Amino acid sequence: MQYIIKKTGVLLITLILVSMLAFLAFQIIPGDPTTKLLGTEYTPERAAALREELGLNRSIPARYWDWLTAFLTGDMGTSYSYSMAVREVLRGKVAVTAALSILSWLLVTAVSIPLGIALARYKGGRFDRISLSINQILMAIPPFFLGILFTYLFGLLLRWFVPGRFVPFSQSFWGCIGYLFFPALAISIPKIAKVAKLLRSSILHEMNLDYVRTAYSHGNSRWMVIKDHVLRNALLPVVTYLAMSLADIVASSIIVEQVFVLPGLGRLLIASISNRDFPVALCIVVIIAFVVVFMNYLADVVTQYVDPRVRLS
Amino acid sequence: MRKRFLSLVLVVLMTAALCACRGGKSGTEASPGSTGEKINGGEITVGIAADLDTSLDPHVSSSSAGTREVLFNIYEGLVKPDSDGNLIPAVAEAYTVNETADTYTYTLREGVRFHNGNVVTVGDVVYSLSRAAGLDTGAALVSDVSGIAAVEASDDKTVVVTLSAPDTEFNSHMTVAIIPAGSDPDADVVGTGPFRFVSRTPQDSVVLEKFSDYWGVPAILDKVTLKVIPDGQTMVMSLRSGAVDMAERLTTSQIAELSGLNLLEGSSNVVQALYLNNDFAPFSDLRVRQALCYAIDKQAVLDLASDGHGTPVGSSMFPAFGKYFMPELTDYYQPDVEKAKALLAEAGYPNGFTFTITVPSNMPAHVDVAQVLVELLRPIGVTAKINQVEWATWLEEAYRNRKFEATVVGMDAHGLAASDMLARFQSDSGKNFINFSNADYDAVYAQAMATVDEDAQTALFKQCQTILTEQAASVYIQDVASFVALQNDVAGYRYYPLYVMDLATLYRHE
Amino acid sequence: MFQIKDKNFRAGLIITGAMLLIILVGTFWTPYDPNAMNASIKMSAPSLYHLLGTDNFGRDIFSRVVEGAGATFLIALASVAIGLVLGLVIGALTGWYGGWVDEVLMRLNDSITAFPSILLALVLIAIFGGGKYNIILALGVLFIPTFARIVRMEVARQKNLDYVRNARLMGVKDMRILFVHILPNTLPVLLSTVAIGFNNAVLAEASMSYLGIGVQPPDPSLGRMLNEAQAYLVSAPWYALSAGLAIILLVLGFGLLSDGLGGDGLA
Repeated sequence: MQYIIKKTGVLLITLILVSMLAFLAFQIIPGDPTTKLLGTEYTPERAAALREELGLNRSIPARYWDWLTAFLTGDMGTSYSYSMAVREVLRGKVAVTAALSILSWLLVTAVSIPLGIALARYKGGRFDRISLSINQILMAIPPFFLGILFTYLFGLLLRWFVPGRFVPFSQSFWGCIGYLFFPALAISIPKIAKVAKLLRSSILHEMNLDYVRTAYSHGNSRWMVIKDHVLRNALLPVVTYLAMSLADIVASSIIVEQVFVLPGLGRLLIASISNRDFPVALCIVVIIAFVVVFMNYLADVVTQYVDPRVRLS
Repeated sequence: MRKRFLSLVLVVLMTAALCACRGGKSGTEASPGSTGEKINGGEITVGIAADLDTSLDPHVSSSSAGTREVLFNIYEGLVKPDSDGNLIPAVAEAYTVNETADTYTYTLREGVRFHNGNVVTVGDVVYSLSRAAGLDTGAALVSDVSGIAAVEASDDKTVVVTLSAPDTEFNSHMTVAIIPAGSDPDADVVGTGPFRFVSRTPQDSVVLEKFSDYWGVPAILDKVTLKVIPDGQTMVMSLRSGAVDMAERLTTSQIAELSGLNLLEGSSNVVQALYLNNDFAPFSDLRVRQALCYAIDKQAVLDLASDGHGTPVGSSMFPAFGKYFMPELTDYYQPDVEKAKALLAEAGYPNGFTFTITVPSNMPAHVDVAQVLVELLRPIGVTAKINQVEWATWLEEAYRNRKFEATVVGMDAHGLAASDMLARFQSDSGKNFINFSNADYDAVYAQAMATVDEDAQTALFKQCQTILTEQAASVYIQDVASFVALQNDVAGYRYYPLYVMDLATLYRHE
Repeated sequence: MFQIKDKNFRAGLIITGAMLLIILVGTFWTPYDPNAMNASIKMSAPSLYHLLGTDNFGRDIFSRVVEGAGATFLIALASVAIGLVLGLVIGALTGWYGGWVDEVLMRLNDSITAFPSILLALVLIAIFGGGKYNIILALGVLFIPTFARIVRMEVARQKNLDYVRNARLMGVKDMRILFVHILPNTLPVLLSTVAIGFNNAVLAEASMSYLGIGVQPPDPSLGRMLNEAQAYLVSAPWYALSAGLAIILLVLGFGLLSDGLGGDGLA
């Protein structure tokens, strides 16, 4: 319990720091939003009035506080580029990026764990050697490049899906998943290779420990030893890694979305950064960072439940 | 007041108002191979290269061509251009102009409805024109109509527009959108066009639906989704996959990958140029600007960037302008590297200089040309760097704030009046984003605008163009070829001599 | 000290060596000027004259891929160097002195690493603007926390070791102990991190240039080339594939090296 309280404390501090950093980053960017908002109608008087209205005359800490309290109550401000609330601009887009990330993460988890176990079980064999070489290569492929190949292979040649025609949830759940499967595959393949490799070496590391020898001496086969004794311990670093890899997966989503013309946060983030629409960019950055920090926190807590030894380290 | 000006009235059928010969090779008729039966209704998805502007206010002057060509389907003026470039009556049924060309009288068409169901009244017209001309605020939203001195309704179907100075071209600016009186188009997108606005999702899509109470020939399709695809390669992929039914303004390299689709060729109706910021240090020197003109071989640009497609131009006018277009200016600067170097040396840059070409990343036609220009400028020792920016960034930084050194874009025209292409180069014009400043130009332009005699006026407008060329205001390149790709079951695309995308004539067939 | 897994390391050495050789030669000589355009040979297929054919401007693709690989390599190298040097100094000082500065910096460090790296790079690009040098700067800044953390851990561990205590007793100055004695000992751990950092830099550059906010034309880079080549994947698949392959080989080579140096090869 004490551990959880301590971790929760660290979580809160990290969240505040993260939001502070993001807010600060967007304050030091050169350029004045008033010139952007006023355009050709710029006059010093109007600019001054607008600065007052936007609260730009106040100190950065005061503005940060206003922004944070508003953000926490769900008021994300108004977009500079679109005369809409940031909430409106983000509507529907968060769901697409979230769905793509979760699907990719599930794919990674579902494929890499059995694969890693199999690699460890057949260690040294031909399957292990060939798979490891392929693994090494897959790890080196940028997800967006895989995405490009997939759109042509599965989209244009095999016609398994129509690149560019995303089916929203509201229309068809399975249609949506069917479309998202291909970008998710592009994101997850390099990750699957990494996690499988990590699990393999983690299992092999455990196999050299004393308790395993004891298990063998009781007449268990290699498979039984892995399944009943080693896996639980070997999975711990993998779980931590899987939680942390969510950050990478979200980052990959942002890029791969472009390849598959997905209406997610990626296009909006890039456009808003380029167009200096900082209320939108800031919200996207903070939302993603919050999710990532929170997932890491969950991973810590979960591993602690699975293995209380972690508390000591 | 009206009586005085109506002494001799020219009743002009609007179709004859503005003759525009279509130059170049624009206007390929659509739908070869559309043998199947035309389907009434249905929906299509059209790929567009940039999200629409923040504001869909049709009276905002700095709107981008890509936004205006979509709004063309939603809003109409008293008159509107047809696919031959002629002005045809729209919300108005007819108009008359007095002899001194400073009073225009419009008779409204009966039974024209807004998308909200209300009938268009003279009140709406007075409100719209007053708003566009800034009669209440003092600042015109649409600079083309800043010459309006007063707008009033003489009865419940007649509106009289009085100008502060004679303007024979004024009627061509009456394409200014008519919106409901008192409405704020930022909040409510309501016009009288064949399509009504349904919704937009930022950076993703815009949905339009057929307006069934349209006064004229109604749209054939029930629904059009405009999908924002800012990446040229992704656009090609979406066309190949069938996710997008139509896209226009494609380049030769894009259509090279689209065999099997129905491809049309016409012109974009823009003046593409290496627009130079005349306030930026080396470009403030006439000799430097001329050196760039001598260094850039237009034919080489066309051959490299678009397999020779496109029409070279030499000043700020494209061929669709007919009598105003001056093909003789195209070769005013014969490509000559030595001469370019000599001019640079004379201007104090014997070893050349470095500058940045800002170019909107969503327009492959401009990005490709920019890359070619970099190569063509190398031999004279000038190093050009390219900075690709999002369209909205370009519009704000380069166009509105004029913070750029050079840029490759195309300038389009609202209509086919000479002023549509030439007004922006007056020293004090709000649209003069290249900061061109030339007293002769201002004088000749003002004189042209004040001239009522057509031939004399045309000669003066030509003189304006010649000044732009001689002063090397920018490096004028071409009217870009515009390829349109349609899926094989979509037809009805019509080229306009203007930057227009008419969705009303599109249809699906068996 | 170097726990080298022989086979992987050797494979990594061969791949990286080959890539470096091509890049090195490419810096001084390519079959054609990578930027020279020629309207008469646009989009030609691979031949003896043009090993990988030509692109839509008639430029030699092979020369461009070689030059692009070189540019990407330099960008990655420069950004890792920035991250390494600054990370080294910050990590060494905080690890050595500890205290509240250390606490604050490490908390800050954790918060920065909470952002996905591409996201941070995008934010930094928003601050600095795009282009080759700004990419280097953005990625360099991005790598500081990773290196700082690793160096700090090593320094904090080693400062309690006997050899450091002895040196102190003998009156050796703090800075000398830190930079002359301790830092060289962190090298083995650092090397594999450098290799991973390098790979992350290659991938980040490729991604950002692919999105059009990284390296600007006509500057070549592998990401830009992929962006250009994507349009011709059907008519000229060798263009995209060779650019993609160059990225994969760079990343694979360094991944194997990192593996061989005892790292887990994970980014």
